[in-house]
Amino acid sequence: MNQKYIYSLIAVLALFLIAYVGSEAAGLQILFGIILPYLAIIAFLGGFIVRILDWAGSSVPFAIPTTCGQQKSLPWIKPNAIDNPTSTGAVVLRMFFEIVFFRSLFRNTRMGISNGSRVFYKWEIFLWIGSLAFHYSFLTVILRHLRFFIEPVPSAIILLENIDSFFKLEFITHIFQIGLPGFYLSGLILLAAVTYLFLRRIFIPQVKYISLAADFFPLFLIFGIAFSGILMRYVIKVDITAVKELTMGFITFHPVVPKEGISGIFYVHLFFVAILLAYFPFSKLMHMAGVFLSPTRNMANNTRAVRHINPWNYPVPVHTYEEYEDEFREKMIDAGLPVDKMPDEKPEEITADQKKEGKE
Amino acid sequence: MSDELLKPDELFAKIDHRPPKTDWMSTPVQIRKGMYCYASNYKSVEYLGLPNARPWNPLDDDWKLPENWQEIIHQGFKERLEKFRSFKIFMDICVRCGACADKCHFFIGTGDPKNMPVIRAELLRSVYRNDFTRMGKILGKIGGARPMGLDVLKEWWYYMFQCTECRRCSVFCPYGIDTAEITIMGRELLNLIGLNIDWIATPVANCYRTGNHLGIQPHAFKGMLDFFVEDVEDLSGINVEPVYNKKGADILFITPSGDVFADPGTYTCMGYLILFHYLKEKYGLDITWSTYASEGGNFGFFTSHETMKRLNAKMYMEAKRLGVKWILGGECGHMWRVINQYMDTVNGPADFLEEPVSPITGTKFENAKSTKMVHIAEFTADLIKHDKLDLDPGRNDNLKVTYHDSCNPARGMGLLEEPRYIIKKVCNNFYEMPANTIREQTFCCGGGAGLNAGEDMELRMAGGLPRANAVKYVHDKYGVNVLSCICAVDRAVFPALMEYWVPEVEVYGMHELVANALILPGEKRTTDLRGEPLPGMEDKADE
Amino acid sequence: MNNKNKIITGLIIFIGIITFPFWYNMGKAAPGIEPELSAKARAAKKCVRSASYMKAEHMQLLDAWRESVVRKGERIYVNEEGKQFNMSLSNTCLDCHSNKAQFCDRCHDYASARPYCWDCHIDNPKEKE
Repeated sequence: MNQKYIYSLIAVLALFLIAYVGSEAAGLQILFGIILPYLAIIAFLGGFIVRILDWAGSSVPFAIPTTCGQQKSLPWIKPNAIDNPTSTGAVVLRMFFEIVFFRSLFRNTRMGISNGSRVFYKWEIFLWIGSLAFHYSFLTVILRHLRFFIEPVPSAIILLENIDSFFKLEFITHIFQIGLPGFYLSGLILLAAVTYLFLRRIFIPQVKYISLAADFFPLFLIFGIAFSGILMRYVIKVDITAVKELTMGFITFHPVVPKEGISGIFYVHLFFVAILLAYFPFSKLMHMAGVFLSPTRNMANNTRAVRHINPWNYPVPVHTYEEYEDEFREKMIDAGLPVDKMPDEKPEEITADQKKEGKE
Repeated sequence: MSDELLKPDELFAKIDHRPPKTDWMSTPVQIRKGMYCYASNYKSVEYLGLPNARPWNPLDDDWKLPENWQEIIHQGFKERLEKFRSFKIFMDICVRCGACADKCHFFIGTGDPKNMPVIRAELLRSVYRNDFTRMGKILGKIGGARPMGLDVLKEWWYYMFQCTECRRCSVFCPYGIDTAEITIMGRELLNLIGLNIDWIATPVANCYRTGNHLGIQPHAFKGMLDFFVEDVEDLSGINVEPVYNKKGADILFITPSGDVFADPGTYTCMGYLILFHYLKEKYGLDITWSTYASEGGNFGFFTSHETMKRLNAKMYMEAKRLGVKWILGGECGHMWRVINQYMDTVNGPADFLEEPVSPITGTKFENAKSTKMVHIAEFTADLIKHDKLDLDPGRNDNLKVTYHDSCNPARGMGLLEEPRYIIKKVCNNFYEMPANTIREQTFCCGGGAGLNAGEDMELRMAGGLPRANAVKYVHDKYGVNVLSCICAVDRAVFPALMEYWVPEVEVYGMHELVANALILPGEKRTTDLRGEPLPGMEDKADE
Repeated sequence: MNNKNKIITGLIIFIGIITFPFWYNMGKAAPGIEPELSAKARAAKKCVRSASYMKAEHMQLLDAWRESVVRKGERIYVNEEGKQFNMSLSNTCLDCHSNKAQFCDRCHDYASARPYCWDCHIDNPKEKE
């Protein structure tokens, strides 16, 4: 079992070394600061588009929503419009709650056995909290980084920064000092959430059992990104104007590597992000897009009222009533069951029409 | 019940949810007696014209597969990825968060980690990665990929037939990944090379030929219903003789044949006869049964989408032949998943039928206006709401009732309140099981999706444990003695499950309870449908 | 059913959003930033520490100065070369860097840093004299 996270850990450490040595010792700042990030973005966009088009290319032959509440049937029974949607609007609402609040995960329970004879189910909310914390802190961190890509920095981003650094956390000792620049909560939450998601893969036996190397790799990578970022901000400080010079050059397609030079930790951070971007479309991280397309969530449960069309519906062999009656006619007559043709009548040929009708 | 089956407390004590030391990919499958169903009878496979009909035994090393079986599976996989977006998405986006792991009744009851929905899907996903993704090809086993092989195939077969397609995991999955969908695909692939179980293949063949799973021929089908008619006449003095294959009737009634064949479903069937007779006498309901479409259930659904369509076709074909206005469907589980989510798509449009309207209350069933098929719970609830039934719930006072939501009507339709409304109107003592075990979180009976055979009794008892345990809870707490349900498979599966885990609880279909409470004009009833004295009539019943 | 159009619309929206910084900056030159040194600063040649150190760590140095002055009452800072300075933002730093707008603010705005120095230290006292 250990192998799985060891492989991933080794991979991330190797990436760290490559970037650090490459930028510090080998002087490959152009490679790590410009070429690889561009390639990563191309891989991300290209891979993402290809994957989505691939998904879109498959048909949705049946409407298979998982209904998690009362259907809409008789007028005096109150339907659960969100968990059992029948209209597009309700589906949008269901998807909104699913995507924005992780509604299904909120339901999570944990099974246990008490007294050796009773199976019980307890509400289990930590995974939900951990996931929300992870995704939203990550989103905040990403949005905050827009300050490196827009000049002048828009006020919305400044507002976000102010909120994020609301808690003025400052420490000062002889050895270290934290709090200047202002402390961002999102970074800490991200790091904590990633750590939690990692630890549950190690300590919950069932989750450990199902985890693959591909589950650990992104966690380590994101941990690396968050950690190097935090390090750069509070401990091994880098020349932030030089960083912005690089990012602005990058984003305006006038790439430059600042003359002043930026510490290797920055190139590690950037390289990790590039790897994450390039890895994204080819991995489970595509759940970001997939969640929108899941047929059990994004379809309405109105299939008895509105016919769902299967684009590849094809005729199948069926056993027609005529074939059935032909086999059992005598017995049916004896039992007093009505038949279409009496046996003394010369059975007409089963017409091609009838057969066709049956078959479509 | 088989002698080898462990005692309930032993089986319970044996459950160990701690995963084994060896990684699941390197833990070979062991096909164990009591946990699998017998291989499909080649005659049934042949009758249906499905691939690779031959006698085979899952315990043998040689499964007599076609030589190019790997290619068939690969091609079949590819084809299904293109045809079903669900399949492709579910192969791609699972993050293995583990939310589904302890939601599966088979995992709860067996502790076998491969019964965690996520690993059940990984069985297919591992091959998918190897065959269809770049990452899987490059990384191999580290990337969670593995090539198809005989061991993998056997594992597929074993675990695809340890899933009842109940969709409970799908409720909890943050992406709605539905293991039922995975299992459906897995079984389709297995069927391409002739790997089915007999409890599915033979009912399918029977249904195809005679119209119902048990292969009851038309005269015998009528004979069995006649038998119920006699029983009802004995206990009430009323003749409830139904109508068969009547052209021009208003409504065609289709229900699972299981209720025609075995107790306690038979009492539900009597319930239908009594209800329809009441409605005919009082309101002139014109309803017909069909011997040709004498099966509501559809084990074809547990074989492949195509087979499902082939069997389901009879409903519309018969409705068209008889010229009815619409179709009424009886109490059944997966039948209703098929009707609600598939029928109109595969065999529609049913433009030869009328939008269903209750001839008694005038209620338009708007929710069924395209498929034109109404669930009997919707139909009866509407009748009761409009006060069209003369009910004496006191007649069920000797019963303390709880209600089991069948998986498919709960999670593939959302039929939750209608049955509860009915049951509360016909029974005075109703108790819900714990909240995490009912409604959309309901647990499977352990024998759905074609697994209600006799040879896999240990699997059924283990898989039914969560449901039975919840029943036991209300039995201990409130003295519940009746488990009511709206599914014929439930009625076939629960008696054994209750006998094993909660012996004091009997299984009732909803319409049996309705018929108990329904006062027929001119009836002389002192017993319920099972011949037990009605509450307060103990003396008269003895006379 | 195959709602390909909806998916492609969604995809375009998504791509539009994540590439926002690219097209927002389309056609603009990369705005470089060069803090302007006042004549006095230029003449001094060297700050209290090296330029690269000051660029990355000045906020930390000032924080340490504040701690030292306000809490401990020690006002003398000795740099690596043994040179002594009065620990004072207004009187030492801003003595040379008297052009706050061209020196401090330019970089701070560029990097979206909003130091709270100026909450207490009224704007550039030297200039006001």
